[in-house]
Amino acid sequence: MKRGSVAVVGAAETTEMGKIPSLSTIGLHADAALNAMADAGLSPSDIDGVATAGISPTDLAHYLGITPTYADGTAVGGCSFMLHVRHAAAAINEGLCTTVLITHGESGRSGVGVGRRGANATSLSSQFEAPYGPMGPPTLFTLPWTRYAHEYGASTVDLANVAVTQRAWAAHNPRAKFRDPITVDDVLNAKMIADPFTMLLCCLVTDGGGALILTSADRAKDFPQKPAYILGTGESVETPMVSQMADFTSSSAFTVSGAKAFAEAEIAHGDVDHLMIYDAFAHLPIFGLEDLGFVGKGEAPAFIADGHTAMGGSLPMNTNGGGLSYMHSGMYGMYALQESVRQIRGIAPAQVDGVEIAVSHGVGGMFGASGTIIFGASA
Amino acid sequence: MTADNAKATTSRRMPMPTPETQHFWDGTLEGELRLQRCDDCAHTYFPPRPFCPKCASRSVQIAVASGRATLHACVINHRPGPGFDEPHSIAVVELEEGPRMMSNIVDCEQTHDALPLDMPLEVTFEQLSDTIALPLFKPATSTEVAS
Ligand SMILES: [Zn+2]
Repeated sequence: MKRGSVAVVGAAETTEMGKIPSLSTIGLHADAALNAMADAGLSPSDIDGVATAGISPTDLAHYLGITPTYADGTAVGGCSFMLHVRHAAAAINEGLCTTVLITHGESGRSGVGVGRRGANATSLSSQFEAPYGPMGPPTLFTLPWTRYAHEYGASTVDLANVAVTQRAWAAHNPRAKFRDPITVDDVLNAKMIADPFTMLLCCLVTDGGGALILTSADRAKDFPQKPAYILGTGESVETPMVSQMADFTSSSAFTVSGAKAFAEAEIAHGDVDHLMIYDAFAHLPIFGLEDLGFVGKGEAPAFIADGHTAMGGSLPMNTNGGGLSYMHSGMYGMYALQESVRQIRGIAPAQVDGVEIAVSHGVGGMFGASGTIIFGASA
Repeated sequence: MTADNAKATTSRRMPMPTPETQHFWDGTLEGELRLQRCDDCAHTYFPPRPFCPKCASRSVQIAVASGRATLHACVINHRPGPGFDEPHSIAVVELEEGPRMMSNIVDCEQTHDALPLDMPLEVTFEQLSDTIALPLFKPATSTEVAS
């Protein structure tokens, strides 16, 4: 995309977060969308582009009374919203539309209005992974870590440091699901899910949603909120089967998406003031820090242990508490983007001083897909 | 992540072959692990498809694997699921021929101590029904181990 040509002018999460039995999936989308439109001072008639995952853009547009000239239903898992931002920026630059609403809503905990998940028993993963008894992401997404730990001499304590650091951030966030401090021992002694991953190394399951509104940088100055300019974007996909990752110690989707975003933004890693890395499990920030190029291979565990990603560190990361402590409805990418925008605006509960450049990196599936968005406080 | 709401049942999730994968499942019934190899670039690959994922050639043929492998990655699943009530390994093995596949490691204790990565393995087949035999792996017993 063209650097700094598009900006986020509306951003909001659902009014409530955590357990929301009163709203169905589409209700969560709508609640977040209405909040984002209020944030931007817009009504549905001002929106001419829609993008969403989990439900179809048709569902969304009809429910909100929007007649779009641009609809994006890209659904590659939890990072779909990073891809929506990227596609929306291109669409706005191309003149397909002027104002794009991107929504997420998921009744991950309460399951209100959730359709029965149709398992396609003939898919390759159904034939060649499902018979071996995996119980969703905790038993699949975690596999590459065991190879990483073997090759780089990492331990479960390195994973625990991620969870402990993020819980410390969550303590500053009134909306975080878990806010009480934890220790490495707490993490190691928690209920075992998929050895070596205990429950505290796995993300939460909550209800929630979020929405973003994007328009051209030219128009963005006239909106009530401080614009979060899009400086760079990246996306890629690798495999729907974690067993078929080319390299179990590095995600190709991460490296391709990250490199593209940094090149577009024309920034160096040292320019980054704030970082979000989608943490469905505690090893994700470790893979992300390395695959995005912030540290070398095998160096992320020590980087985290030394406090670089904690409050006061050189690279504050997952400052909302992350999927491990803040919330995780199923497709967490939207919440990473929301925190990046808050940090650029200067209104985050755990605000980092003077954030000029914020990076939001998401994962979809189990290292299956990736999207990276680089925000700037100025264009 | 998906909600942890599945109940333990007595049988594994059954694979449903497609025309493109039928040769693999026919092979396991006969005690063979059938990979595919490209006639044009000699690439050996898995999972099955009727063309080479490296060079797109449709000229491919079945290549029976030796069954020797090493343990590439492994977690011990502590959550009950279809076919499993006790903690069990969910592993990715690297076949001697190169491709990797998911499996369970059987005939040994289901602990990381008993399942160090890179340990040599050999294939074994578990008959699930008249039409499906599932490839599993066990610690290698032959002296001719994967290199
Ligand atoms: Zn070939």
